[in-house]
Amino acid sequence: MTHDGSALDLVLGADPALLSIVRLSLGVSLSATLFAALLGAPLGALIALSRFPGRQAVVVALNAFMGLPPVVIGLAVYLLLSRSGPLGSLGLLFTPQAMIITQTLLVLPIIAALTRQTVEDLWLEYRDELAAMGVGVLRRVRTLLWDARFSLVTALLAGFGRAAAEVGSIIIVGGNIEGYTRTMTTTIALETSKGNLPLAMGLGMVLLCIVLAVNIAAAAVKSIGARFER
Amino acid sequence: MNGQSSALNLELPVVLRDVSVQRGTTVLLRGVNLRLEAGAPTVLIGPNGSGKTTLLRTAMGLVRPASGSVSWGGRTEVPPVRRALVLQRPVMLRRSVLDNVRYALATAAVPRVQRLARALELLNMVGLRDLADRPAPRLSGGERQRLALARALARDPAVLFLDEPTASLDPAATQAIEELVRAVAARGVKVVMTTHDLAEAERIAGEVVLLHRGEVVESGPVTQLFGSPATETARRFIAGQLLL
Repeated sequence: MTHDGSALDLVLGADPALLSIVRLSLGVSLSATLFAALLGAPLGALIALSRFPGRQAVVVALNAFMGLPPVVIGLAVYLLLSRSGPLGSLGLLFTPQAMIITQTLLVLPIIAALTRQTVEDLWLEYRDELAAMGVGVLRRVRTLLWDARFSLVTALLAGFGRAAAEVGSIIIVGGNIEGYTRTMTTTIALETSKGNLPLAMGLGMVLLCIVLAVNIAAAAVKSIGARFER
Repeated sequence: MNGQSSALNLELPVVLRDVSVQRGTTVLLRGVNLRLEAGAPTVLIGPNGSGKTTLLRTAMGLVRPASGSVSWGGRTEVPPVRRALVLQRPVMLRRSVLDNVRYALATAAVPRVQRLARALELLNMVGLRDLADRPAPRLSGGERQRLALARALARDPAVLFLDEPTASLDPAATQAIEELVRAVAARGVKVVMTTHDLAEAERIAGEVVLLHRGEVVESGPVTQLFGSPATETARRFIAGQLLL
């Protein structure tokens, strides 16, 4: 892929190749964040409410997993999905689905750990009241997640930020195939190495704008949520 | 109050037999015997740390006694479906006033289609109808107590436990809460509340229980206990002397 225009021209001119890359990147990162939230938020809430032997070790491990090296996750998923791996028959290697799986695994500990902390703080406040209402465990989880929803936006934002900026794991399991698994970050890495700086810079600008827009949206949601705080 | 007669059968009398409660090495309640029957409100009085709140929570079923037993309507294992507790500092769920009541109705398994009408009815009863859309954490102290009362009543309780419902409220808010308590009791709900305000106990109680150091010192009809207390401890407490 070669581009002669400047970075700004590519962005303002809505270059089709650039748009396709942006669409795929957003699709992968948002899907991964969604799946990680669906799994990680209830998991974090359950750990926050549960008391069991070894709980502290689980909490420490969860916090540690927030810093998992993406290439290690990429490698693990590659081994699982490769033709000789246990899930090789699914034929997912070098597909966007494989990229979503790795990013979900990367984002899940972030959302679960931040949810655990948020829900645990809220649980200390709600515990007596919910006990007095005779609320069972599952409804407690739902209640705490719902009432912490504005605070949990930060967890989602952190997860999305991790996914959107990540390059190491998706290049391993996605293969960086043009028009199929090439995302903004993998394209930036590739085009920079080829000296095609306008496209790399154009994608960099788009990436920055997306991160900025997501942060603005999150701030707006948090300010709405502040009405419900004391 | 729908289904009240069956609720009363299920929950009353609340009987505490030789109940002791301990936290660590500290004894919070010691050999308490108490029978809470249907009728006028029962008010637990006593100095700070005497065990009023612990007794209330134990009677509610939230605290497990170290020894002794608690029964509701003759049963020792009854889910607290028709019991409700209003905490001294009620927690406001981070939702609107209306949604706080709707939540309580949901926990009481009230069908979804009935919740809105019932919630508005309860808010009307406690005088918060106009604040239905306000975020609950933004209510004043008196409004919070009224909302907590509405949430408690959403459970259609046969027994309503109130932990110092007027503590740190101004006289107007106190009066509003007391009127609500009387209205609730007049509907046949057994009210059991704690207070450190003797005048309030006299205004509301049918029966008074005096606690000191985790033990029931004396109990009986309000006129009897305030008019002619049988024990020296009760005499001193009612006279306003400090119990150490």
